[in-house]
Amino acid sequence: MGEPETRTENRDEVQVDSLVLQRLREQFGQALLEVKVWRNETTVVLAPQDLQRVCRFLRDDPNLAFDFLSDVTAVDRLELPESSPRFEVVHHVYSLQYRRRLRLKVRVDDGQAVPTVTGVWPTADWHEREVYDLFGVPFEGHPDLRRILMPDDWEGHPLRKDYPVEASPKWWEEEPA
Amino acid sequence: MSPTRTMTLNMGPQHPSTHGVLRLVLELDGEVVVKCTPHIGYLHTGIEKGLESKRFQQGIPLTDRMDYLAPLSNNLVLVLAIEKALGVTPPERGQTIRVLLTELTRIKSHLVWLGTHALDIGAMSVFLYCFREREAILDLYEAVSGQRMMSSYFRVGGLAADLPPGFEDSVQAFLETFPTRQAEYEALLTQNPLWRQRTVGVGTISREDAIAMGLSGPSLRACGVAYDVRKAHPYSSYERYQFDVPLGKAGDVYDRYMVRMAEMRQSHRIAAQALAGLRPGPINVADPKLVPPAKQLLRKSMEALIHHFKLYSEGFHVPAGEVYQPIEAPKGELGAYLVSDGGTRPYRIHFRAPSFVNLQAMPRMVEGRLVADVVAVIGSLDIVLGEIDR
Repeated sequence: MGEPETRTENRDEVQVDSLVLQRLREQFGQALLEVKVWRNETTVVLAPQDLQRVCRFLRDDPNLAFDFLSDVTAVDRLELPESSPRFEVVHHVYSLQYRRRLRLKVRVDDGQAVPTVTGVWPTADWHEREVYDLFGVPFEGHPDLRRILMPDDWEGHPLRKDYPVEASPKWWEEEPA
Repeated sequence: MSPTRTMTLNMGPQHPSTHGVLRLVLELDGEVVVKCTPHIGYLHTGIEKGLESKRFQQGIPLTDRMDYLAPLSNNLVLVLAIEKALGVTPPERGQTIRVLLTELTRIKSHLVWLGTHALDIGAMSVFLYCFREREAILDLYEAVSGQRMMSSYFRVGGLAADLPPGFEDSVQAFLETFPTRQAEYEALLTQNPLWRQRTVGVGTISREDAIAMGLSGPSLRACGVAYDVRKAHPYSSYERYQFDVPLGKAGDVYDRYMVRMAEMRQSHRIAAQALAGLRPGPINVADPKLVPPAKQLLRKSMEALIHHFKLYSEGFHVPAGEVYQPIEAPKGELGAYLVSDGGTRPYRIHFRAPSFVNLQAMPRMVEGRLVADVVAVIGSLDIVLGEIDR
């Protein structure tokens, strides 16, 4: 039943990923808390304090050259089996030269700050503001950490799992005559 | 000499040249922009939040509302991400139709960009021609899905329905006329001294800055960076199509214009190959747990009825895990990051919207230049606020 699984499994890419992991292991060893490969995508979990130096290495090492930050986002793990630490901040980095993609993750508790990567890739600025706005995860060292999508005086962070899907904001209600 | 005082000017969010509800706060010294601060979020509708409470297949219509000028690209990124997590690939005909329609979508999106961009800079007539051609593509959308804009035609595992009779002839007719039409627009603009004065050397961004700011799509390629997701990481069997990736050099408004114009020709080329490559066959994966059974089966087969009921009451389960699926949308790298907890709804889905990232680079392009250039730069970035604010 069903089509044969024709995943875009490409042997070269898997080898390329193991090359990245090898370089990272040589350089940082214990700092790689967890490494996962699923559907041909590699995820590396780091401790928050290691994020900046690993990112800088990934960008500057000539064999890796992860010069392009695709995306920064977050996941609220409140309803997952493993829910502590609560937030996972996810970076998708890409190397234009070697055409490799890598996912970096750091896990933090509610209120705990994640070091900014704006110093490594300036494009992180708005992505991090979005994560701060919608999840309430602060970024340490961010040059301009303000809300970006929601109004400045909004209360709460809509993408948290305990934020209702249909909420009527206070300021929207009519004032009593 | 007395010290100059700068003036703060608010542009938008209802300004017609901001392509939606973009608000810019400009600090001006005379007519020169000293500082430009974009304010976004006026169109935020919580699409990512909304998708978390919808079954996988139900989420597709919401994605149409992100980049509403290229709804099928948004459909595609969502279904590809889900299919990647499921580990399935639609059959060849399904994939070919997807390529055909997303390339027509690229032409359609670029036509709106060209028309409005030219209108902003003062060339009124181009707008009218572009919308004439866009109508032809909207008719094709309507033919396949019944909807002109929010077509939601792609499904996880394939398509909502096969192509209607006569569709291929309509596409053929469009493909035959389009190149001469496009040559007409180019005759109006490419060598036009007024157009060149407003665009050449305006809104320049260096190759290094463009990469550092995460620029993608035509705006990045106008700086000479050959990054096109269709070539770098082919999806929907793009590796089978012959096409070039047009590149610019200077990274200014004019090069972004030239790159998009050349891209329309390449999209035309891909669409023609897809049309020629259409073979009869199934459009959906043959998995009854994923794709609803054919109508006539429901009257005869108990099993089909059960599958139908389960699909529409419960949906299908996606294995626990996470994937990031990028595609080359008309605006740039559109990515979907999907986290599944093994259930029938996405635990979390995030869209890497190219317009969001490209807009961030705008202050670097306009600071130190005239107010009139701001309008030219916004147009050249081809932003859609629906996608920025999501």
